[in-house]
Amino acid sequence: MNQNYGSKRLVVGAHYGLRDWLSQRVTAALMALFTIALLVQVLMPGELGYDRWAGIFSSQWMKVLTFVTIISLAWHAWVGVRDIWMDYVKPVGTRLVLQVFTIAWLVGCAGWAVQVLWRL
Amino acid sequence: MADTIKQRPVYRNIHISQIVSYRLPPSGIVSILHRVSGAMIFFLLPFIIWMFDTSVSSEISYERFTSAFTAGAGIFPGWFIKLVVLALIWGYLHHFCAGVRHLWMDATHNTTKAFGRSSALTVLVVAVVLTLLLGAKLFGLY
Repeated sequence: MNQNYGSKRLVVGAHYGLRDWLSQRVTAALMALFTIALLVQVLMPGELGYDRWAGIFSSQWMKVLTFVTIISLAWHAWVGVRDIWMDYVKPVGTRLVLQVFTIAWLVGCAGWAVQVLWRL
Repeated sequence: MADTIKQRPVYRNIHISQIVSYRLPPSGIVSILHRVSGAMIFFLLPFIIWMFDTSVSSEISYERFTSAFTAGAGIFPGWFIKLVVLALIWGYLHHFCAGVRHLWMDATHNTTKAFGRSSALTVLVVAVVLTLLLGAKLFGLY
């Protein structure tokens, strides 16, 4: 009755998509927070040139929030793009190739963004 | 026995040729555009990070960033870069608003047919209006 592994494993029912669902929402909320924090600073009065723009990202708390946003975006996009492949691409081989491409693309982009951020 | 199995109705997703004639409710339009805008942002990520890189790295690269919108960058003319950025602005706004709609529905359990319709229309309109406002700024109308 309580055996939930091997051939008796319950493959349907609650909780199987909960982690993806919840992580997509938590990461979305974090990115929304970043968006608002950035907007508030951009809309402050004064000329928005290089100094002020780069200055926004060089404060330590903004660096941390931007870093969290980069990781959140990669995670959020992984869940979303994987859903797209699972909905529209049925052949297992093609789907695997696309999923590997998605991971490589997101990890590469996140690495580049972090590099830019940590140079400031 | 075999006959009953044969008579079972088969439900399939709509075929790609039916997409144009298939009429979606506003919430359906918001839903598919949520997916389209998300995919667009995903594929344009290198361009977004390139903009981030050139705009913050140094004053010289900042010049390159701003001149990309007038003189162009690489093989891409300035107007083309502006159009891509306009598409990104809409994509971000739509994805953001549709996401807030999701979070709102999750938090309040307000999943009535009427709210689904009115909130979907709100998302579509807000995203387009804000895109027009920011787009006018981008193309130097004010």
